[in-house]
Amino acid sequence: MGYFSDIYQGIKTLLTGMSITGKYFLTSRKGAITQQYPDNRDTLKMFERFRGEVIMPHNENNEHRCTGCQKCEIACPNGTIEIIWDKGIDETTGKNRKKIDQFIYHLSMCTMCGLCIDVCPTDAIKWGQNFENSVYDRTQLTRVLNNPESKLQAGVED
Amino acid sequence: MNLTLGIINNIHDWLFGVMPEGMAAIVEMILIALVYLGIFSVVGLFLVLMERRVAAWFQLRIGPNRVGFQGLLQTVADALKLVSKELTGTTKADKFLYNLAPYFVIISSLMALAVFPFTKDFQAFDINIGIFFLIAISSIGVIGILLGGWASNNKFALIGAMRSGVQTISYELSIGLSLLTMVLIAGSLQLSEIVEVQKNGWLIVQGHLPAIIAFMIFMISGTAETNRAPFDMVEAESELGAGFHTEYSGMKFAYFFLAEFINMFIIAAIATTVFFGGWLSPFGLTESIPWLGVFWFLSKTLVLVFLIMWFRWTFPRLRVDQLLTLEWKYLLPINLVNMVVMAFIVWLNLTIQF
Repeated sequence: MGYFSDIYQGIKTLLTGMSITGKYFLTSRKGAITQQYPDNRDTLKMFERFRGEVIMPHNENNEHRCTGCQKCEIACPNGTIEIIWDKGIDETTGKNRKKIDQFIYHLSMCTMCGLCIDVCPTDAIKWGQNFENSVYDRTQLTRVLNNPESKLQAGVED
Repeated sequence: MNLTLGIINNIHDWLFGVMPEGMAAIVEMILIALVYLGIFSVVGLFLVLMERRVAAWFQLRIGPNRVGFQGLLQTVADALKLVSKELTGTTKADKFLYNLAPYFVIISSLMALAVFPFTKDFQAFDINIGIFFLIAISSIGVIGILLGGWASNNKFALIGAMRSGVQTISYELSIGLSLLTMVLIAGSLQLSEIVEVQKNGWLIVQGHLPAIIAFMIFMISGTAETNRAPFDMVEAESELGAGFHTEYSGMKFAYFFLAEFINMFIIAAIATTVFFGGWLSPFGLTESIPWLGVFWFLSKTLVLVFLIMWFRWTFPRLRVDQLLTLEWKYLLPINLVNMVVMAFIVWLNLTIQF
């Protein structure tokens, strides 16, 4: 009689599955887990863990916190970050120190894994809140994160 | 309906007045074909939208709601995009068969629509072997799928097409036999006649137990016949890309897509006509207003379409061997026994009549 009990079990389990999805169908209007596209750009507050792009914050004196240690460049699994650096005399301390010339970030290769941000010892790079990254020209996806003429913030390296 | 019938009769008389008889008949046929083509391309677009919204609700999403009111124009925009796209093809494809395949699929599904009685007197072609015609026409579509898969010169497309062949040929048997069970109780193959019989209660009530079993078998094999999930190994996205229409683009792809949805509508419409009384209202509520039949027919059909969508978004995909086991070891024997039971019930007058 395995044949008939198989049919019974089959129909029973199918109906169980259909009742579960049926409940989802009826409650979906209230409990939708997706969100509408954020049209309210002025009042929009993005979420704390949102990952849009990697940015390098600068303070009001055009100073960043990147020492050019290249830990992020090593941590990146797909070569998204390139740091072009130079050695030079630091004006405040007078020592011969590593300085970044350009912090190059290829958004087109980034998988938003966040390893560079986790590994940064000085919190120089952070997640940006921009959610519209599409451009018409591919070269615009290669960005230099440090502003021109920017300097290392004093006291970061100590 | 009387008014529209009057208009149709006027057009008919005018056509036969200004032209010789053979010419007028041909023009009339072309006009009817164009009307059906217009109506059902819109119905197909609406069904695509319905599928997307229903799928979204089953998965706790919102679904397309930007273009037009509640996203009503979304599929129209998609269709416009598809029309304007380039028709690409593989260089080593068999050009003639490759271009022919979409027309086989779409023509076979549009031909089947001609025989449905949408309401009293609203039927393009009241043939006396209606059910037989439907079963025969629905098997032509698979030729288009096989041609498309073969002529694309693509391994995935060929595998998809071969799977479709296996599946459709197996499940056609179940569709035929379950409809034959209902023909036993209805006593006719003519669709308008089958609807007339149901004035004493829908056939699913008249035939009680065997009719319900036949309905279940019909819905299962109908889902398989239209190549929809859980029987969508033909276009299993995780295995074969898009299956037999991998190499098609633009309007040719749209034909395959539209044909799939019209086929789903046809399966639901056959089930409505044969099991749920076609355009008849429940308990004869609106029998005095015949044009409301269209409303009843469409609402019953849409409920069954929703049922097929419910299957799609609940059940996981079957393997090929499971698919064939289901057909040959379960559906077919049950169907044969069911037919004998139905014959006994009709013979001993055990049907429920109101």
